[in-house]
Order: sequence, then C-alpha cells, then structure tokens
Amino acid sequence: MDSDEEERIPYSQRKEWSDVIPLPQDDGPDPVVSIAYKDEFRETMDYFRAVYHSDERSARSLDLTSDAIGLNPGNYTVWHFRRLVLVAVGADLHDEMDFVEHVAENNSKNYQIWHHRRWLAEKLGAEAMRKELKFTQKILALDAKNYHAWSHRQWVLQVLGGWEDELDYCQQLLEDDVYNNSAWNQRYFVITRSPLLGGLQASRESEVRYAADAIIANPENESPWRYLRGLYKGDNNSIVSNPEVSTVCLDVLKKNPYCVFALSLLLDLLCYGFQPRDEFRRIVESSRNSDSGPLDHKLASTVCSILENVDPMRSNYWSWRKSNLPTLAC
Amino acid sequence: GFSGHVGHDPHVLYTISAVQILALFDKLDVLDIDKVSSYIAGLQNEDGSFSGDIWGEIDTRFSYCAICCLAILRRLDRINVEKAVNYIVSCKNLDGGFGCTPGGESHAGQIFCCVGALAITGSLHHIDKDLLGWWLCERQVKSGGLNGRPEKLPDVCYSWWVLSSLILIDRVHWIDKEKLVKFILDSQDKENGGISDRPDDAVDVFHTYFGVAGLSLLEYPGLKAIDPAYALPVDVVNRIFFGR
Repeated sequence: MDSDEEERIPYSQRKEWSDVIPLPQDDGPDPVVSIAYKDEFRETMDYFRAVYHSDERSARSLDLTSDAIGLNPGNYTVWHFRRLVLVAVGADLHDEMDFVEHVAENNSKNYQIWHHRRWLAEKLGAEAMRKELKFTQKILALDAKNYHAWSHRQWVLQVLGGWEDELDYCQQLLEDDVYNNSAWNQRYFVITRSPLLGGLQASRESEVRYAADAIIANPENESPWRYLRGLYKGDNNSIVSNPEVSTVCLDVLKKNPYCVFALSLLLDLLCYGFQPRDEFRRIVESSRNSDSGPLDHKLASTVCSILENVDPMRSNYWSWRKSNLPTLAC
Repeated sequence: GFSGHVGHDPHVLYTISAVQILALFDKLDVLDIDKVSSYIAGLQNEDGSFSGDIWGEIDTRFSYCAICCLAILRRLDRINVEKAVNYIVSCKNLDGGFGCTPGGESHAGQIFCCVGALAITGSLHHIDKDLLGWWLCERQVKSGGLNGRPEKLPDVCYSWWVLSSLILIDRVHWIDKEKLVKFILDSQDKENGGISDRPDDAVDVFHTYFGVAGLSLLEYPGLKAIDPAYALPVDVVNRIFFGR
C-alpha cells in the first residue's frame, strides 16, 4: 500500500497540538464571494492563523507551514511566516532548498516559490550557485520558456556567478528548439554581460554568423532576425556595411521571395543607406504583384508594397513605412 | 498597504487592486491616503526600482503598481519619479520592449507595466514608439489572437497587455483589429458565459476581464471606454482627476 494513502489525522486530534486553539477565518458579517473550503483546508489554516497570531516560531510551526503550502502554494503570508520560522529555529537551508524544489516541480509558475528560492540563495551565498543553475536547468527542461526560471537564472549569474558554461547552455537549448526566444534573449544577455567574454563588439562577428546560420535553417523564425539586429545596437552604418547581413537576406529571398522577415530587414537596410546589388532588384521586382501599379523607382517602396500584400494583418504598418521612407533610401 | 485577504501581509499588488476597487465605487475617501502613500513610497529602492513588499522582490510590475496607485491618490510627489523612470528605462531591451529587470526578456505583460508607468509619469519620450510598436504588432498571429513573446501561443489576456501598450504609444492601427475581435469572441463559452485564454479552453474571471477590457479598447459596441494606463473606466479616471 502506498504510504501517501495513510489516513490524515486532523490537527484537533493530534496530542502535540492540543495546547493550540485554532483561529477561524474572519470573513466579516457579510462575506462577499465566500469560498467553499474543504474541511482539511479550513482546519489547517485555522491552526496556521493561531500560530501566526501568537507568533510561534517553532519546529511544529515549520511543519504546519509545509502543510499549508501543500494546500495552497500561493499563500504568500504562509511563505513569509515560514521564512521567519526558518531563521528562528536555525533550520538547515539546504534542506529547505530541497523542499522548495519539491513544491516547484508542480508549481513552476508560482511567484512565491521563486521569491522564496531567491531569499534562500541570497542567504546561502556563493555556495548556492551550482545548485541554482542546476535547479533552473531542471525547470527549463520541463518548460524552456518559463519566465520565472530565466529571471532567477539571470539573477544567479549576476550575483553569484557561474558564467563559464552559460553560452554552451544557450547553444544546447537552441539546438533543442531554435524557436526558443528566451534562449536567444539569454544568449544576448551572456554576450553583453559576461565578465568572461569581451563584450558585444568582440563577439559580434561570430554571433552574426551564428544568427545567419539559424536564419538560413529556419527563415520563418522571428528570434534570430531580431537577434541579428540587436547585435548592431542601433549602429546602422555597421549593419549596412557588413556584407554577411545583406547576403543572408538575399539568400533567404532567393528561396522565398515573400519571406516577411527578410523583406523587413531589407527595407530597414535600404532606409539606412544600403546600396542594393542588381540581384536584389531582380528578385524583389519579379515578386511584385502585377496589379500594384507602375514599377516604383524606389526599391524600398516596392518592398513596402509587397509587404502590404504578403503580411496583410500589418498592412497599416507597411503602408506607414512606405509613406515615411527617407530620401536617401534606394 | 493592503493584503490579499484579511489577516495577510501587505503587498503593493493588492494595494493597487484595493485602490482601483475603491476608485470604481468612488470610495477613495475611506482611505488614510497619507498612510497608503507612505507605505508605497517606502518600497522604492535606491536605484529607483520598487520592491513588492518588505521581502524585497524587485520587478517592473511593482513600479507600475506603485506609480499607478500614487497617481490615483494624487501623491506621485511622494516618490522619486526621476529615479523610478530611470530604472524602468534601464529595463528597455534592444527590440524596444521591456522585461522584469534589466536584461530580462521582453514580455508583453512587463511592457504594459513599463509603458503604463512611463505614460502616467509623462515619460513616453523614452520609448522608441516605432520600434516597440512593430514588436507589439508582431504579436498578432494567424488566428488573429495576440501572444506575449515570439513563438508563443496567443492568449486573450494579451488583448489587454499588448493592446493597451499600443494605444498608449499611438500605434494600435498597426494590428488587424477585426481579427482580434473575432479571436476574443471565439474564446467565449457561449453556453455558460465567460471568456477563456483561447477558443475551446475553460473560462475564468481573469481572462473574462481582459477579454472585455480588450474589446472595449477595440471600441466594441455597448462597452464603456476603458483607460489604457489606469485600467479603469474613463469616467472613473475623469472623476478622479477632473470631477468632484
């Protein structure tokens, strides 16, 4: 028989709790939207309220908060009191880490759990680094885009360290799912903030190649296109003058002349002063819809027209772009 | 400060909800406004960020809650607005969006909080509206619904987070409004009522609110106008700032 199937003994029947008077919830005389609590829930919370109000920071209170958390891991007051108790009884925080891990497995998007975990990691300091990276990795293995896990991981890296393997980790996640925007964001985070790397400028060349490869493999993936732009951080001259950037645009358009991301990047390059080779003109002009009027001498304008047709949901955006083309744009 | 329920600890999230509810019922006068303001002001950190409560968690969500709340109470002067704005701007990413903390991935929910806070403090000039507007309108997927980050599923609640942000930066015409209205309406439970996160899922009050609020922003007939920064009906906001 599974030991978890043991009959639960109500607190009222436990000898070690006989000195405590449970405190019922005060919903006031005219409760609005009363909740139909289960007996087990009501009783556990009645006992919690009692120790909370008498401020009893003891081992049995700690166990009681474990129970309460099991019933509702979102009760931030229980977590708050648990922290006070942990400090008061001098609990082993490594054991507490295990407890949080266990609760987090089924509640990976719960704000209270992540905050509690951060509090623990802060208390343990540098020694918690490995464990925290492993823990977030575990959660991300279940949901690679979990915003809380990424936020915690970024905090760990910046406060406790552990940058050495982070770029490899991003790489691995992107191999698992190249559409994972969070992993692309983390890659950017590492490139720009890791004390072990030389910063954005130093990594730019290799990262452009990395992004270009990802684009060629999956041109409909939004993330590497944005990543590529991000590598230039508003430095329009550099992005225009790097032939690798325009080449990746061209290569994608050769295979799919209607790829919105490629057309959009080409449009931006033209607006920054890019002088397109004839090849560009040929591809763009041949995919132009024949009933969109006479050929526009401005390539950028033609690109906008095409985009209005192939991305009709955002047609207002593309027509606005068309009416705001800088004079220098080809 | 206010807590989530009787007997719990205060937190800025519940404080703003309490103030918004009281504003809806025109009962702000039951508050000790100075006390609430002091509570919120006490949550601001040296770098301008806001903690959620005494335990110190920092997130741009809390910046929005604090700023929105104090604005409704007409006590924005109790905090260092310049530092608050600078902190929010430090969370701006290269795609024009905002995350929960500096370097955090751009996420529509966090973007709403940052854009809303910047709007309320008259600081929208820090935003590259064209760049952010494009990122936001890229959230619209084939079904007409909006997602919160690239390559994620659409969800009705983003009808609020994304849409209100677009309105605040005056770029809402860049999405296909009709398709979005259809997506929201398709997410209704036509037998029992309510709206869910996407068609055929179970409804809940959270998504019902955001669906209705989103439809209001889309000027769906029969709905009151809602303010995109305060998330309150426009007549309530007018009463707070201009009425008696």
